Amino acid sequence: MGGLSLMGRALRWDVLVASLLVAVFVAGSFTTPGFATTGNLSFALSDLGEIALIALAMTLLVVAAEVDLSVASVLGLSSALVGAMWEGGMAIETIIPLVVLVGAVCGLVNGLLVTRLGLPSLAVTIGTLALYRGLAYVVLGDKAIAQFPPGYVALAVDDVPGTPIPYPIALFILLAVIVGVVLHATGFGRSLYAIGAQEQVAFFAGIRVKRIKLLLFVVSGTVAAFAGVIFTLRYGSARADNGLGIELAVIAAVLLGGVDFDGGKGTLGGVIAGVLLIGLLRNLLMLGDVSTEIQSIVTGLLLIVSVLTPRLVSLIRPALKGTP
Amino acid sequence: MTPMRLTAVATLLVLGVAACGGTTRSSVTAAPQEAPASSAAPSANPDAPLKEGIKLAFLPKQINNPYEVIVDEAGIEAAKEFKGEAKEVGPSDASASSQISYINTLTQQGHDAILIAANDANAVCGPLQQARAKGIKIVSYDSDAAPQCRDLFINQASSEEVGRSQVQLLAEMIDHKGEIAILSATANATNQNTWIKFMKEELAKPEYKGMKLVKVAYGDDDDQKSFTETQGLLQAYPDLKGIISPTTVGVSAAARYISGSKYKGKVVLTGLGTPNQMRQFVKDKTVEKFALWNPKDLGYLASYAAAALVSGQITGAEGETFKAGKLGERTIGENGEVILGPPFTFDASNIDQFDF
Repeated sequence: MGGLSLMGRALRWDVLVASLLVAVFVAGSFTTPGFATTGNLSFALSDLGEIALIALAMTLLVVAAEVDLSVASVLGLSSALVGAMWEGGMAIETIIPLVVLVGAVCGLVNGLLVTRLGLPSLAVTIGTLALYRGLAYVVLGDKAIAQFPPGYVALAVDDVPGTPIPYPIALFILLAVIVGVVLHATGFGRSLYAIGAQEQVAFFAGIRVKRIKLLLFVVSGTVAAFAGVIFTLRYGSARADNGLGIELAVIAAVLLGGVDFDGGKGTLGGVIAGVLLIGLLRNLLMLGDVSTEIQSIVTGLLLIVSVLTPRLVSLIRPALKGTP
Repeated sequence: MTPMRLTAVATLLVLGVAACGGTTRSSVTAAPQEAPASSAAPSANPDAPLKEGIKLAFLPKQINNPYEVIVDEAGIEAAKEFKGEAKEVGPSDASASSQISYINTLTQQGHDAILIAANDANAVCGPLQQARAKGIKIVSYDSDAAPQCRDLFINQASSEEVGRSQVQLLAEMIDHKGEIAILSATANATNQNTWIKFMKEELAKPEYKGMKLVKVAYGDDDDQKSFTETQGLLQAYPDLKGIISPTTVGVSAAARYISGSKYKGKVVLTGLGTPNQMRQFVKDKTVEKFALWNPKDLGYLASYAAAALVSGQITGAEGETFKAGKLGERTIGENGEVILGPPFTFDASNIDQFDF
């Protein structure tokens, strides 16, 4: 299990997911009218905005062998807060930074519980998943707040002029480039892989494991809260139940992209291909009038295959080579 | 902690800037955004024939809800009458945002009209506007979308008709004589209070002079509370002849109490209920008749309304009329609403035709 062959395998999985993405796209263009149109693709992208943004931060966490399941609840809490404050007459320019700050605090709480108390992030964030969603209901109850300023709604809905790319996706591309560089071309990025692969070794190598993890949770909460702002404006409706369950879509995309849940493996390119694959496949199935149940089954199977295949390959390969 | 300190400082800076004025709710509502007028508002031609091959799509709140399935299937049947095609698609959960992708899909598929029971009046608005920009007609039914985002709303019942018809239904069964009570939901429930207001107006008419409303009780739409409130009413007013419970929770709880008490056959209960909740009480003769709108007629009317819009018979303006097959001629009322009609009465003879 040399580092090189490990890298090679990860790379091949990315390429596989990306090829699958291209195959789905080509098949869709030929078989399904209305799929390869600018309007539809722009919408399909826009529908992925929040998931894609949150997946960026989630990738960093999972590479470092942690996970944040509370992201959708932070999104909901952020949406509820936007609604309550907007109804209370505050300016949207004040509301947005405040809400993002609350998201950072939510992430900080997760991070402190994990790093200072040494609790597993799975358990902590299942707890805060319930906690933050509960707070969202406390803030806004069953109400739905609407009528947000058209200028800001346009920023969440409209395409960048002259392109089929919605503004939130443009933001995602920008952030993806930054995260990509940080993860794959800096010492900080390498330290995340080190933490994920062998936390103790990383610690003894002088990497400030706890501080870095804390930072990752704060980033995750911040991004989720900002995604909540986009979600609220895009739908023009602030509700406590907004984004219910999308943490699963995010984690599905990250896994499908080839990031190993044990940490230390995976690339951002794979995750981006994973996000797009899930989104386009869903869009295509819908256009083909495939029922919701079948859609879930297809996504579920794809996910299982994506987790299973690399494991099978790693089991079979030594056997083929004749080594124990 | 440096990165966090940095974030905090940055946030405070932004807050400081933002505090000096900005976009607030009042500044937005002060200048209400006009709905983009549908391009070159066409005039209605009431004599235009219904087009053949119209493609309709029903988008319910949730695909597995038996009530919505009945509405939509009736609408799909209706489309066959005018040689149209109709289908039902929708999300498996009734969350606010889950309908959005479907609206986009239906827009891309090039349907002539989308019929929607909106999960969130505002969340569906943007995509519906985009669909309308492509010439797709939007009819909301059961649960309205924001009025500027749809052409028509098929309203299952007007509040006035619901209120008055409940009194008429009860009066007929108790011969216009005796003390009556109302078992409502919560004391501040908007729907119920509007209906009760119209019930009282109806009761003020001379033909009801033999009937006396002795009490409005509140079961808070809680099964147990409604059950005990019914018990309380019957003990406090031994001469009570009838109870109206205009809430599905209340009427079924009241029926359950009465069916097992000495009052069965002596006190007449009616209200707004669903056939599945009330079936056993109709069968054991605790309840003779109760009401609700007929979901089949709702889907049928919505289907015809969509076809009339697509064919150019109507544009959605107040006062326009169209023919809705077996339901006859309908007129569009205020705010582009078409009212289904008086509530439908369920009794032993028809209850088994309904499963919701």
